[in-house]
Amino acid sequence: MVKNILIGIALAFMGLFLVMPLLVVFTEAFSAGIADYFTAITDPNVGSAITLTLIIALVVVPANLIFGICASWCIARFNFIGRDLLITLIDLPFSISPVIAGLLEVLLFGLNGLFGTWLANHNIQIIFALPGMILATIFVTFPFVAREIIPLAQEQGNDEEEAAVTLGASGLQIFFRVSLPKLRWGLFYGVLLCNARAMGEFGAVSVVSGKIFGSTDTLSLAVESLYESYEIQAAFACASLLAMLALVTLILKSALEWWHRDEIHAVRRKKAA
Amino acid sequence: MSTEIAISHVSRAFGGHTVLNDVSLTVKPGELLALLGPSGSGKTTLLRLIAGLDQPDRGKINIGDLDATARHPKERGVGFVFQHYALFRHMTVFENIAFSLRIRKVPKAEVKTRVAALLKLIQLETLASRYPAQLSGGQRQRVALARALASQPRVLLLDEPFGALDAVVRRDLRRWLRQLHDEMHITTIFVTHDQEEAFDLADRVVIMNAGKICQQGTPIDIYQHPTSIFVHEFLGESNHIPSRVHNGTVIAQAGFYLGEAAAPEGPVQTFIRPHHVIPRPNPRGAWSITRIAATGAHARISVTNTGTTLQAAMTADALLDSSLTPGQQVDIFFSGGTIFTEAKPGPTKLTPLKPTSAIHAIS
Repeated sequence: MVKNILIGIALAFMGLFLVMPLLVVFTEAFSAGIADYFTAITDPNVGSAITLTLIIALVVVPANLIFGICASWCIARFNFIGRDLLITLIDLPFSISPVIAGLLEVLLFGLNGLFGTWLANHNIQIIFALPGMILATIFVTFPFVAREIIPLAQEQGNDEEEAAVTLGASGLQIFFRVSLPKLRWGLFYGVLLCNARAMGEFGAVSVVSGKIFGSTDTLSLAVESLYESYEIQAAFACASLLAMLALVTLILKSALEWWHRDEIHAVRRKKAA
Repeated sequence: MSTEIAISHVSRAFGGHTVLNDVSLTVKPGELLALLGPSGSGKTTLLRLIAGLDQPDRGKINIGDLDATARHPKERGVGFVFQHYALFRHMTVFENIAFSLRIRKVPKAEVKTRVAALLKLIQLETLASRYPAQLSGGQRQRVALARALASQPRVLLLDEPFGALDAVVRRDLRRWLRQLHDEMHITTIFVTHDQEEAFDLADRVVIMNAGKICQQGTPIDIYQHPTSIFVHEFLGESNHIPSRVHNGTVIAQAGFYLGEAAAPEGPVQTFIRPHHVIPRPNPRGAWSITRIAATGAHARISVTNTGTTLQAAMTADALLDSSLTPGQQVDIFFSGGTIFTEAKPGPTKLTPLKPTSAIHAIS
């Protein structure tokens, strides 16, 4: 009885806050018919927003992937001065509002910023351009991969690498055959989260992009631009693309978990034991 | 075919703390050698130096004809079995064992036959596609051993190989390993802090303490003739009786007579194994039995006399014959013992009073 009530409350809550908004997004997007929906998402300005979003994700995710692997490698393997500070710093983007992050970029690279004059003299534009948006997104999504794999790497320790050494493996062989594969689930979740956030990021990017529709608008910025210019249906069409991204991410995650269920099950059992 | 390991004057310190202090040791070809010592004695460090997982600060390590001191582990031809197995968790049993072969680019067909042979050797043919997490502790340990043997090493090193297993599995695996060694004759060193394990398994036992080798020899030799107080106390239980020598007679500080010894006058430390302590019923005896604990084949008897308590041991059968009961008054006789004194290095044999044949001691 109590069980059913609790399950009911949980389901109602989920329906209200997760499923309903999703349904609203799609009904609004298709409110003027499928033809209008496709007109909206094939608009050249929306097209450029999609391209920009993809480019940012394509740069940011690998960058944070590499950084995350490096950070987990040194934090799990070595005990150095400043190790705790590094762990704390990695969490910084979680605790800072993305808008502040964007503002920091402007203060550093803007025309009146710290490096502004130097950048202007060398004809490099960061703020109100792609580089600034990439930097802001990297900052905001910085912890996702690292946070996911550092605890994993710490828990797993160094034994398997040592075993690989005694079995004759070289440094590179150890990295690619042992260190990386044993972290692969953490890496995978980290990349998914990082990607979703990189594509959906709004606050920091909105400060540095200048929001030039058709030029420096990402998909999430385009939603706002369109909404503010009363193109409600087009705004929701863009939003539906972002929502679909979230759904694809979830499906991908479930599919991979199902595909590797034996191995995941085995590892979980070991953890419980 | 088998390989000798020669360690000469090896030292290793970690952050100013000396872990190995000028250790020299030769392991004969095909020998099964135990490094025995308490934790922190440096035995695991020595094993890791031989494997090349760590470098000595000073000294040389030869494996066969090869000066291995500065060589990469790959070139040393060692197989290493870790205390906690360190199996690759993301690989199946088959892939774990195949790892060193894949690294060496052995052709696929050969990998298959060699891994199959090893799986047969460790009696786990049916579990080839399992992951390590799906195996029991004993099975994991056998996979770790097969993985170490796959590249056909010249030397096998095992770090506390049975430390994480329960008693029955441990005993079975130990016998299996001994059998395996007798078939393969690969030079093997294993580290343990368990005296019983070392004595049961090894051809030769090396006892380490505080970064040095205290004593080495066959199990029986070391047990019968410990050369230092540390070794005597480390190898099983003994009664430690502070005493003194006067005119060649050994007398306990507490006043009772222990026997005779060729030791200089003055204070000495007497050590008597429980099976050398023999209680004999006497209603006017100075000692009384406080407790009798029968543990299977052996019985343990505590006797006390004004503040001094000694442990005696005999076979359970001998206890039945002796009709000893708790609370009974007894006399105590000694059938052996060892004396250590600062005035003279090494052990001195204690010659006890004769005769003590009425009650059989374990010998």
